Amino acid sequence: MADAPAALGAPLIRREGLEKVTGRARYAVEHRLPGSAHAWPVTARVASGRVLRVDASAALAAPGVLAVLTHENAPRLAEPDDPTLAVLQDAHVPHRGWVVALVVAETLEAAREGAGAVDVEYLAEDHDVLLTPDRPDAYVPEKANGGHPGLREHGDPDGAFASAPVRVDTAYRVPPLHNHPMEPHASTARWTDDGRLEAYCSSQGTTKVRQTLATMFGLPEESVTVRAEHVGGGFGSKGTPRPDVVLASMAALHTGRPVALALPRRDLPQLVGHRAPTLHRVRLGADSDGRIRSLVHEVTTHTSRVREFVEQAAVPGRTMYTSPHSRTVHRVARLDVATPSWMRAPGETPGMYALESAMDELAEALGMDPVELRVVNDCRTEPDTGKPFSSRHLVECLREGARRFGWAERDPRPGARRAGQVLTGTGVASATYPVLVSPSTASARALPDGTFVVRTNATDIGTGARTVLGQVAAEALGAAGDRVRMEIGDSDLPSAPLAGGSSGTASWGWAVHEACTRLARRLAVHRGPLPQDGLEEHADTAGTADAESDHARHAFGAHFAEVGVDTVTGEVRVNRLLGVYAAGRILNPRTARSQFVGGMVMGLGMALTEGSTVDPAFGDFAERDLAAYHVPVNADVLSVEAHWIEEDDPHLNPVGGKGIGEIGIVGTAAAVGNAFHHAVGVRMRELPLTPDRVLDALARRSPERGRA
Amino acid sequence: MRTFDYVRARTAEEATAAWAATPGARYLGGGTNLVDLMKLGVERPEALVDVSRLPLDTVEELPDGSLRVGATVRNSDLAAHPLVVEGWPALSRALLSGASGQLRNAATTGGNLLQRTRCPYFQDLSKPCNKREPGSGCGAREGVHRDHAVLGHSPHCVATHPSDMAVALAALDARVELRGTDGGRELAAEAFHRLPGDRPELDTELRPGELVTAVVLPAATRGLPSAYRKVRDRASYAFALASAAVVLSVADGVVAHVGIALGGVAHRPWRARRAEEALTGAAPTRAAFEHALELELSAAEPLRDNGYKVPLARSLTVDVLTRLAARHSG
Repeated sequence: MADAPAALGAPLIRREGLEKVTGRARYAVEHRLPGSAHAWPVTARVASGRVLRVDASAALAAPGVLAVLTHENAPRLAEPDDPTLAVLQDAHVPHRGWVVALVVAETLEAAREGAGAVDVEYLAEDHDVLLTPDRPDAYVPEKANGGHPGLREHGDPDGAFASAPVRVDTAYRVPPLHNHPMEPHASTARWTDDGRLEAYCSSQGTTKVRQTLATMFGLPEESVTVRAEHVGGGFGSKGTPRPDVVLASMAALHTGRPVALALPRRDLPQLVGHRAPTLHRVRLGADSDGRIRSLVHEVTTHTSRVREFVEQAAVPGRTMYTSPHSRTVHRVARLDVATPSWMRAPGETPGMYALESAMDELAEALGMDPVELRVVNDCRTEPDTGKPFSSRHLVECLREGARRFGWAERDPRPGARRAGQVLTGTGVASATYPVLVSPSTASARALPDGTFVVRTNATDIGTGARTVLGQVAAEALGAAGDRVRMEIGDSDLPSAPLAGGSSGTASWGWAVHEACTRLARRLAVHRGPLPQDGLEEHADTAGTADAESDHARHAFGAHFAEVGVDTVTGEVRVNRLLGVYAAGRILNPRTARSQFVGGMVMGLGMALTEGSTVDPAFGDFAERDLAAYHVPVNADVLSVEAHWIEEDDPHLNPVGGKGIGEIGIVGTAAAVGNAFHHAVGVRMRELPLTPDRVLDALARRSPERGRA
Repeated sequence: MRTFDYVRARTAEEATAAWAATPGARYLGGGTNLVDLMKLGVERPEALVDVSRLPLDTVEELPDGSLRVGATVRNSDLAAHPLVVEGWPALSRALLSGASGQLRNAATTGGNLLQRTRCPYFQDLSKPCNKREPGSGCGAREGVHRDHAVLGHSPHCVATHPSDMAVALAALDARVELRGTDGGRELAAEAFHRLPGDRPELDTELRPGELVTAVVLPAATRGLPSAYRKVRDRASYAFALASAAVVLSVADGVVAHVGIALGGVAHRPWRARRAEEALTGAAPTRAAFEHALELELSAAEPLRDNGYKVPLARSLTVDVLTRLAARHSG
């Protein structure tokens, strides 16, 4: 069959793989436009206050410096939806690291040197940056991220908890985490002679960037083009426009030159969002057979004074387990900190760390196997909404993972496996991520030479989206994959939503499928040669993709981990990570595996190495480069395996996928933490599990040894 | 753009002369740290005297059995050198536990010694740091200092020295050969770096313009059992929370020679002389090791958030000593 290699489900290699590995793929500031200049930001040195004066004279006198933009001379912009983009519009400094000036110069080096020469005088005010669980100013927001209600309550959670025969009441802490994609947030912008704005932007979705720039610069949308052909990762932090594209566009307008700006790595934690720290209190009350009667998950987090963003970390309890009585609530304190935002599986990631750690504690309290506890609490309808799940194969993931991992041979006793100075243990955790989908448009054109061009403004942020959409198109067209050219990553293409919320393939794929299906139908009845321009069909899934579903739609998964804990050094190393996912139809096993494994490795980082510290004296994050903010390396894990269960869920979308970009991270940290407990016999409730904390935990363990 | 002069020296004499002729000059080796710091604006040399191509790139066995390592020998090459692997294994292990493969391919022996602290306040021009800007204060002392010193720090500076290699050199009684405009001299590796005191801007005892030309591994420690162990937040490519380089020889049931240096705990590799004195001539038992480290670490003054380093350095070093001692009995 000619089209077999292109069919959905085939492990195709990335269409742009060769370009990337040979360095021919061009990223946002690698488009060297004629006459382009370079920019470097000057960021605030106070955590709260105002800019009193900017003395740019020394910078302007430096060779090669073209301009210094400040709040006094920068173009006035219309107010954006996202106030973090209102840069250089006024003297207010809402947090340390806020952009207070931008130097534009002939070269990158001159811009950086010029930035160092800008003298900014501030009026500093006292700042308040420390999140504590008992802050009186923390409030319950109406909505948390994703539109989730800040508070949900069913039944009598406190009464049911108090009367439950087995109870766990515990607290967890997750530190601030940072996305740190390899390609920083970067843009090259230019204004054409006829007043159009064109930008290359490292973004997860340029349709939104175009809308934002059009609004802020007072242009019709068709006068703005934003391209993102290749994007070096984003993990949520490029899901919305960031200051780089606004600054580059302003600087290009101000200087009349194309301007390239890549935000310096050290500025990313302050300027592109972060995962807000979350302080969790979880109470689980269960019957002696393990069935949960009461589930209470209370989360305290921070946001900035610029914009309210609330990490929806209490949300997983609304979906995961049978719980007739429950309260899931968020409290947020507005501090003088940088504005948090999306980082891979916002909400689910820290929330499931807490909930799944508490489940492990409940299993221990019950004397029950932690896999069985989760099985006992499986449900067919979503506890919060009462809707039936469109499909839910959590139990199958747990069983399949247990089988592959060798869980049956596990000795449940904690602290019982020692080889030399290393204690080993195994742990399990569930994962969940909602099925999100947004309306998209796409076009498909058949050309007389027998090839096809499929267009949609999808973004491939390294996931393989271009490849998978090519498969969706080829299958719908009944054509070989190499006959289908995909055009994505350009806001002049049919508009499409961002690559975020694990929704890209479902959203774009739906429109691509529909456009291609229509085209195939038309071709089937077409007689004679095609016109020179070919035949084109268009699809717009507005009204269908965003229709309210009668079903609760979520992907589920199970994570298993085996860790070794060095009792002398406190080092934790992961021997095995194994994940099994039920995420609908898997469209390309090669790119899917990469997504799952990538998520698991990011979860490994969250468990063991990643985290930043809010510096109380200065108000920023102390760890701001890749030497200090430790993303994991190969040596941190010996084996990572991702598997999946094929799901045929008719309630999703025509291509049948649930989204796979995020679920891999969700339960990983809890699985590692639970394995740590199994290894050592002491529960650690704060991430990451670094040697200093582990040694402290080991010291706590010593007196318990005698009792064991 | 900030400019600087660049001079490529062909000989050590040419290098020191070029340094003397150019105010504000710095020597450039592999550039793995200096160039980064120049980008950050922490280092602002007027000139770079490139010494990376000096004819100091050989490892030479001397008649007395010692090994002279030229200053431009790359870290990767030194770590893999058969005589080093065989004769001074702690050095090989220390080198391999530093940085990443790519960085070790570029970094030189001399440059490794001269790398600067990774204290975040030192690297951030917007914050006070007495090492970068004497008199501006220390941001770390009351700030974020989990990675900082517990031994030998001062009110002016709590930074640690980041090198792994230097820790092994200190334990192995290596010497550092220097050349200045008025001739050469030698320093013990353990005396090469200094404690911060009230001059934290000075990392080493180098005189202005002096160039590291070689490191000599002495015959006295050649072939003795030695080991290096580093504890870090991730399994590779991270600086030491604490590390220990140990050389131990046992004869007739007692410690004949012991050298212990600790990394990640002080402004310089911390030669544990008190522990060594307590152990020399003693039976190599775990209790003796623990006692010796207790003695050594009684001088520790942990900061608010780095107290873990004291028990960590103790248990780590006792563990390395115990393993080395077991080799003797095995």
